[in-house]
Amino acid sequence: MLTIRRDLVDAMVAHARRDHPDEACGVIAGPDGSDRPERFIPMLNAARSPTFYEFDSADLLRLYREMDANDEVPVVIYHSHTATEAYPSRTDAKIAAEPFAHYVLVSTRDPHQHELRSFRIVDGAITEEPVEVVESYRFAHTGPDDVPEA
Amino acid sequence: MAVTVSIPTILRTHTGGEKSVPAAGATLAEVIDDLDANHGGLKARLVKDGALHRFVNIYVNDEDVRFAGGLEAKVADGDNVTILPAVAGGAL
Repeated sequence: MLTIRRDLVDAMVAHARRDHPDEACGVIAGPDGSDRPERFIPMLNAARSPTFYEFDSADLLRLYREMDANDEVPVVIYHSHTATEAYPSRTDAKIAAEPFAHYVLVSTRDPHQHELRSFRIVDGAITEEPVEVVESYRFAHTGPDDVPEA
Repeated sequence: MAVTVSIPTILRTHTGGEKSVPAAGATLAEVIDDLDANHGGLKARLVKDGALHRFVNIYVNDEDVRFAGGLEAKVADGDNVTILPAVAGGAL
């Protein structure tokens, strides 16, 4: 199950719409061990392609150094499919190399209604998971900030 | 030449969970051979048919080795070698 704030979902969809018909991609980082996506990081698609995405290699190094320094991990890795469904392709499954990340796919093939789904990809095996969209993590039982306001 | 190698999450099964490990060599190829001698199976995850795997990025300090000679990239004492799997995919 992926539990994610609505504003982060909106940010992924907006990025996917903005880069359409090319694929958009990015990361939502969160504290190591929390499984809680918090910091939205849109990335450039170095391939600038409607059928392929790849983080630029220098950007990738900077991103991972920054996350390391912050004790963050890539909780969500997202990208868009612009003419097909929001389901990982064989290429997606083959290249996926973060077994603890939620791989979020956004399809923008319908100009009016996006599709957003989440998957685990481990050793090339794809498992879909439910997505729970919340207004805030405060009441979503996601960890240390799960405390009602005083 | 002694270097420090950062290992990505997906390859830490080869290093007993360690995020970084020491290795030795004067070129990236030698560093990878030394890594493989101590952490069996790592080389096969990085090198395919004598070249770096297309979807694995390796950096010596800040430089992607693809622009520095690939497996023949020189490493110096105290360098940091970082291995990062590409984040990539596509609809086809």
